[in-house]
Amino acid sequence: MEATVVKTGTEGKTWGGGNQPLKASYGKMMMWFFIVSDALTFSGFLASYGFSRFKFVDAWPIPDEVFTHFPFLHGVDAPMYYVAFMTFILIFSSVTMVLAVDAGHKMQQNKVILYMFLTIIGGFVFLGSQAWEWATFIKGDYGAIETKGGQIVQFLDKEGERVALRDFAAMGTGERAEQTKENGIWFKNESEYYPSVSFEQVKEGFLANDNLLVRVQHKNEHGHHIILNREESIAKVVNDGQMVVEGANLRHNEYGHPLFADFFFFITGFHGFHVATGVLINCIIFFNVIIGTYERRGHYEMVEKVGLYWHFVDLVWVFVFTFFYLV
Amino acid sequence: MAHEQAHKLAIFRGTLKFKSNVSKIWGVFVILSIVTTVEVALGIIRPAFLVDHHFLALKLLNWIFILLTLFKAYYITWDFMHMRDETTGLRRAVIWTSLFLISYLVVLLLIEGDYIYEVYKVGFIKFNF
Repeated sequence: MEATVVKTGTEGKTWGGGNQPLKASYGKMMMWFFIVSDALTFSGFLASYGFSRFKFVDAWPIPDEVFTHFPFLHGVDAPMYYVAFMTFILIFSSVTMVLAVDAGHKMQQNKVILYMFLTIIGGFVFLGSQAWEWATFIKGDYGAIETKGGQIVQFLDKEGERVALRDFAAMGTGERAEQTKENGIWFKNESEYYPSVSFEQVKEGFLANDNLLVRVQHKNEHGHHIILNREESIAKVVNDGQMVVEGANLRHNEYGHPLFADFFFFITGFHGFHVATGVLINCIIFFNVIIGTYERRGHYEMVEKVGLYWHFVDLVWVFVFTFFYLV
Repeated sequence: MAHEQAHKLAIFRGTLKFKSNVSKIWGVFVILSIVTTVEVALGIIRPAFLVDHHFLALKLLNWIFILLTLFKAYYITWDFMHMRDETTGLRRAVIWTSLFLISYLVVLLLIEGDYIYEVYKVGFIKFNF
């Protein structure tokens, strides 16, 4: 065997192996490089969001007017408070996570258990908040008309306050019969997208109510949506109007450009998926801490690694918060 | 691992020193909370001066948001993820790589998006109907 094993003469030297020039364990370093690649994925999404936004920069929805709800406060205009709350939840769960890592360094098992528990609770609160945010966004608010060109037209009264479709639509006229298999075309189903009022009803109600104006997707130089006068409004609704949009989905979005909803669902959804997996991994590590795995192993490095992931999720949210809600 | 490599406890280039790692964590939390509160307040008020003035095709307000976000990202990475305590090599491998690639991609895509906006605006495509 002596003949086949070549000694390089570099054992113990820098390139001889067996040392750690970056002074980090294999697992921790790989977590860092995974985070780099994941950060590139997220920045790809956010950059394409920026691309689409720049492409339609004068017709993009204003986030302050989209996310105005707070749970249990109906009809109160509360722009951004709820996302700010979600941001605090996530930052705070980051704090408890890093406290758990710190306690792990000091081999304080009970403190690690407490802080990891708080972190997991924070994760669940965030996920619940996001579900609520999605539900509110999907359900919609005032409703709008989509034109043949795919533009969104929203209704206002003379004071400039938004008016909901259900408040002025002429319910008596043009009742829309729901298609069923018994009385309709047997191989066709009712389309899944079924707003509560029909376009005809909205049009009738709008024409009957002189107090109503519309505003279009395009914005003036101050960044406000352009409000048409009564004659232009009527022309817009009668000539261009096509369908009623309530809430947001991947094709239609009552708040403005459909791409806004698409990116919102995709990016916050992908982030929410990260939070969900983060909670899952946190739970696994949490139970390992409880049964004393790391106490026996002699170190709590696993807590540190899952901590890195959890902080990364927080980091991504900081950017999502800025680019979706603030900018 | 119980020996615990020493944490660097000073932030703001040494102007703010903490006594222990735990107090540093709480200190950073307070700083992040203040920054977030400022962001939300600015987002709700939207001061006219910051909205109406532009720098490099972006509103001043948006520049402030982006800078504050990078500020927050720095402290999350440096103190919560302990980047401050890692070796220079690991730090640069992670930070320089991502910073270069992300800014490259963002700059290219935003310029391209702005170009397409101009094409739509001055070109023959009519989509405002």
